[in-house]
Amino acid sequence: MDTQAIQRKLEAAFGGVVGPVASGRVESWIEVDPDRIDEVAAMLAGDADTRFECLSNLSGVDYPAHGHIQVVYNLISYTHGHELTLKVNADRDSPEVKTLSGVWAAANWLEREVFDLLGVNFVGHPDLRRILLPDDWVGNPLRKDYVEAPDYHGISTIRESMLRIDLPVKD
Amino acid sequence: MSVEIEFEQGGLATEEMTLNMGPQHPSTHGVLRFIVKADGEVMRKATPDVGYLHRSIEKIAEKVGWHGFMPYTDRVDYVAAMACNQGWAMCAETLGGIEVPRRGEYCRIIAAELSRICSHLLAIGATGMDIGAVTPFTHALREREMINDLIEELCGARLTYNYMRIGGVAWDLPPGFRKKVARYLDHLEPCIHEINDLLSYGKIYTERLGGVAVVSPAMAMSYGLVGPNLRASGLKHDLRKDRPYSVYGDFEFDVPVGHGEMGGVGDCWDRYMMRIWEIFESVKILRQAVDKIPEGPVIAKVARTFKPPAGDVHVRVEAARGDMSWYCVSDGSEYPYRVHVRTGSFAAMSIIEELSKGLMIADLVAVIATFDIVAPEVDR
Repeated sequence: MDTQAIQRKLEAAFGGVVGPVASGRVESWIEVDPDRIDEVAAMLAGDADTRFECLSNLSGVDYPAHGHIQVVYNLISYTHGHELTLKVNADRDSPEVKTLSGVWAAANWLEREVFDLLGVNFVGHPDLRRILLPDDWVGNPLRKDYVEAPDYHGISTIRESMLRIDLPVKD
Repeated sequence: MSVEIEFEQGGLATEEMTLNMGPQHPSTHGVLRFIVKADGEVMRKATPDVGYLHRSIEKIAEKVGWHGFMPYTDRVDYVAAMACNQGWAMCAETLGGIEVPRRGEYCRIIAAELSRICSHLLAIGATGMDIGAVTPFTHALREREMINDLIEELCGARLTYNYMRIGGVAWDLPPGFRKKVARYLDHLEPCIHEINDLLSYGKIYTERLGGVAVVSPAMAMSYGLVGPNLRASGLKHDLRKDRPYSVYGDFEFDVPVGHGEMGGVGDCWDRYMMRIWEIFESVKILRQAVDKIPEGPVIAKVARTFKPPAGDVHVRVEAARGDMSWYCVSDGSEYPYRVHVRTGSFAAMSIIEELSKGLMIADLVAVIATFDIVAPEVDR
């Protein structure tokens, strides 16, 4: 099935929760409401026509200019050989997205990664804690406004170098 | 009361132990840690604790620009760096609408397949060593060494290659390279049979790996296992065959799958053997590639300040540890806006917590080794 057909199928089942097919230069995607993404995903995984068995990638992207954090789901179906991209936009100040860890086990760790690096709260996640950074790390480094703390447990994060000369950006 | 009498009366209680394994442990293939809850020798659960090798590669990408990120991709999976190079190059090329010259694509495939054999040889040797067979490790590394020499001739580096560029590859094949590859392949095949005789079909080895930690197809797909780990569970999915990228469509090769010779489909032995079988397939591809490589340029013209138009792209390449899934966003500037890569080891690592239930502690080593987990690839 192509993205258009999948979108029509989803719209028939969920109505306004599912947006129209949007297209960029390369990819096309469907935008979904962050509070209902789990139901949409469950249908896509279970329905015989779509049968997306695998969550290939789950990424978070910070868009401060639009005031939201976007979570991007790349799904693939081994049975039918088709792919689909879903996007949800969560409010940047208190980003909350329903977890998909009940649909695909792979979502468990991928969501923990997005929680760790972008601070998105995945509602209903069984084990939402930092995965790559230490538990007592402050802030979410992949947010565009992240400022690194000058030290971590007394270890400086600033490297002083006598060789560093601040040159003007353009001559 | 003596212990014997207490035991006979059923009064001797056992209790759950919590063991720490790692971060520095010889069989953890890098720096990773498990917190093992065990009742005697049987694990209740082994919880992986990752992140010791997090080098914030995705954050670095946002600072160094499109061309500048290429050497960093080597460090995502430094055991098979070519595929990471290729993934990144394909992201930039798809966004920028650049077409790679055909000779460039062939150079990429020759490099990537050599790198895959290199990685699989390490996996094979290291699995043996983790189980307790030290000698085959030296045999495997002896063969790997020659690939390192070949790749050194190609690009000057032996581990972190930095060979590919956006638009093609950095250097053409050196004189006589095709002959050397063909000679090496003739030499390699008997060596793999030797490893099979020495290790793969040995009684102790098959007993140790057969039927251990069976991953069902449904579980493999749900956890997003990819590459050899997925195919070991009997699922015939290889990106090079299903959606041929680059020039993989030009070659004839098979996709081996696990069929449970030594126990269950998707056990440790199947996962181990996938690497052996895949080396033979890579040999087939390489033979055809060095034979068919066309003349011409190896790199397209790409601006030094490369600014792909705004947009996002999802690119998948079949790396040594399976389908490496890249998501990349451009905002039209000379720096990538966001790069995310989901690697094969990340998926394999996440399955261990569930898979470890009820296994022996000693089997955890076999599980890590046969999933071919490379810790830096988990942490990036």
